[in-house]
Amino acid sequence: MAKRNPLYDFKWCPGCGDFGVKVALEQALVGRMAERNESIENTVIVAGIGCSGNMVHMMEGPQPFGIHGIHGRALPIAYGIKSARPDLNVVVVAGDGDFLSIGAEHIGPQARRNLDITAVIMDNGIYGLTKGQASPTTEMNVVTSTTRFGKLDDKLNPFLFYLGAGVPYLRSQLSSRVKDLASDIKEAMEYPGFSIVHVQSPCTTYNDTYSLLKGDAKKGIEPLAYPLGDDHNAEDITAAANLVRDRRIPIGMIYRHEGEPVAAHQRLADAKERANIEQASVEQLLTAMTIA
Amino acid sequence: MASAAAAGGYHVLTFSTFPSQIKGGPAWGQARISSEEILTPGDYLDVLVCQNRYAYDANLPDLREGGLVIYNSEEFELPDNSRALGLPADRMAREAGNPLASTIILIGAVAKMAGVSVEALEAFITKRWSRGRPGDEKIVSGNITALQMGVEEAAKTGLQLEDLDPAPTHDRPRIMIRGYEAAAIGAIAGGVEAFIGYPISPATTMLTYMEANLVGKDRFVGQASSEIESITALIGSGYAGKVTMTSTSGPGLSLMGEGLGLAWMAEIPLVVANVQRGGPATGLPTKTEQSDLIVAMNPGHGDMSVPVIAPGSLEEAFWGAIAAINWSERYQGPVLLLSEAAIAERAQDVPMPDLSQVRVERRQVSQGEQGNRRYAGDGVTPFPVPGGAGAYVANGSEHDEQGDTTHLPDIHVTMTNRRFKKLEVLNDGTFEAERTEAETIVLPWGGSKGSARAAWNELTAEGVDIGWCYTMFINPLPADLLTALQGKRVLVPELNYLGQFAAHLRSKGVNAEAITQYTGLPFKVADLKAEIRQRLA
Repeated sequence: MAKRNPLYDFKWCPGCGDFGVKVALEQALVGRMAERNESIENTVIVAGIGCSGNMVHMMEGPQPFGIHGIHGRALPIAYGIKSARPDLNVVVVAGDGDFLSIGAEHIGPQARRNLDITAVIMDNGIYGLTKGQASPTTEMNVVTSTTRFGKLDDKLNPFLFYLGAGVPYLRSQLSSRVKDLASDIKEAMEYPGFSIVHVQSPCTTYNDTYSLLKGDAKKGIEPLAYPLGDDHNAEDITAAANLVRDRRIPIGMIYRHEGEPVAAHQRLADAKERANIEQASVEQLLTAMTIA
Repeated sequence: MASAAAAGGYHVLTFSTFPSQIKGGPAWGQARISSEEILTPGDYLDVLVCQNRYAYDANLPDLREGGLVIYNSEEFELPDNSRALGLPADRMAREAGNPLASTIILIGAVAKMAGVSVEALEAFITKRWSRGRPGDEKIVSGNITALQMGVEEAAKTGLQLEDLDPAPTHDRPRIMIRGYEAAAIGAIAGGVEAFIGYPISPATTMLTYMEANLVGKDRFVGQASSEIESITALIGSGYAGKVTMTSTSGPGLSLMGEGLGLAWMAEIPLVVANVQRGGPATGLPTKTEQSDLIVAMNPGHGDMSVPVIAPGSLEEAFWGAIAAINWSERYQGPVLLLSEAAIAERAQDVPMPDLSQVRVERRQVSQGEQGNRRYAGDGVTPFPVPGGAGAYVANGSEHDEQGDTTHLPDIHVTMTNRRFKKLEVLNDGTFEAERTEAETIVLPWGGSKGSARAAWNELTAEGVDIGWCYTMFINPLPADLLTALQGKRVLVPELNYLGQFAAHLRSKGVNAEAITQYTGLPFKVADLKAEIRQRLA
């Protein structure tokens, strides 16, 4: 909405990885609408706080519904939306600070519920909007405004964290590969359960990792990111865990729970079907308490 | 015994409390039986029944002068049995043919001493245990034998309280209901569609009631992973168009503060039932207090004023829950249903609510008439529901008409004014007012209503010139109530240290002074009467 809204005064920095994610998300939604003949109003984008949270205002083209909530709580808001309206397509957009620090406690519950939403995570390894503090995915020893002596905490491995929390569908991508990212997001939205597309989305101002990720032959930097080969069996969680233990970042389908997933709302609907109980009326509930 | 007395037409009130441990530890329950309407659990015990020495020592101070004690003599012996009866209840139960009937033996003794009809108890036992199962007959006869044994042992002592007056007659059918049930069924009557909560004493009962009873195909009950998840999930559900509610207690309400700010800011209807316990932090999880009023109205940072409805009786718990939903839907924002342990955990006989009086309101849903300008206009505007017209961003950051973030001073002023102006539609709160020509008025709130009313009844009967006002609509207060209080001295009995409601009233220009108590227990009527007399002297 931002482009046609002069009151909206937020900007991403030039070169920010989030631009690529924005375009990919727009393309994924347009593709989904065309394919399923579904209206854009059937999609809700739920954002947390941070540079990533502005995605919901920055999006151009057909306008979905959106929530720009509070820091770290995009996932439980999405839980409420999806439990109320299983027919809606719910997409969470969040950064590494929002999703993996303040909001990390919500990942396990949604994974175990198999909440049918897609989370697109923009990982830049830094708190950008507060101007450059260490995040869980900042490398160890990096000096930031909150790590005077270099970051003393280990870097969080988000992929291992997701796998340990029970996330059933996990993809990894680079923000610069817009077309692939668009198709990843679109495919993740089709998954009947909790899907994460974890995107390396560099911060050109506070943590520019483009050359690290892609490598720089002139400087002799080997690329940190590499495409996953066909030999990786994404349904094998041990293989997935071994894969992501490496410092390098595999790009592609890391893990997909084997078998046919049953989404949270479907589990409830099935349980109610089996239990076969009727909603008692208010009068029935009160009458059951009548003093004889 | 309470159930048997209720079946016999008496008014009854029961209340029980347990420490935060599952097995062992002191547990007690009390029952009050009366031919008149019961306003409080009662100041003193007429009969104290104790299974062990600890219970005797702990509760003896509450026994009224002339009261009687019945105790399990297999556990301990009292040296002086002139006002007490020791019964080897477990041994007697085995003799009666039902080893589980020791409590029935004690009840028989109480019934005899208190003058409760033994026939009504027998009828109750017969009905209660005739469940169409093979062993029913044996259990019923064993229990009746046990009852008779208790009656006979009590008769031998000659100890006897005054006879109860005959039971009153009732023109409406009555129900026996607990406070949390009344609020939960009220919410169902108000059309609640989604209930998401996290276990916490003393509010868990409402969550488990909903889990068992809000089961329709289009209804959703969920256990969240924390109160932070509860409130933000409710926001998602309310945003998606559902009528949503949760129950919690103090610590949970504190965690919900930021989320309630989001609901206020983004204009999402939802209801939080907060069942007050005692103290800050973990405090007194199973005791009662009225110390969450300030945090209920201002649960988060920044300028906000969350509407609060605080039921003072079980009937008000039912109607208050409906009103809370209606308010949240009407003004499109969060509403606090402020209950307390002494209301939620109390069971009482009340007339069957007249369901023809139930009025259910729903938010006005946008048909796309305002485009994506969801926050345009001065006050409540149509609510766009995802899947339908009017896509916008529901935003917790300050925002413009379509929900886009902005920091412009003019817009922050406009939007802050809009959010407060919306409260003006909540102008239908009712209140009680009697003898308001008196210079001094008693104005309790919430669960202190009963004790205050009992004290007021007695004081006015004794010739004290004092007025009465009461409302469960705490924020915003009914405008006519504030007018009625102008120029009066207002005494506010409330269970907290700070005098929170009195302070709120003073901020509205009322000359209010608090009468406080912070023991974790309800007011005793005698204490309140003495304090009011002293303030008037």
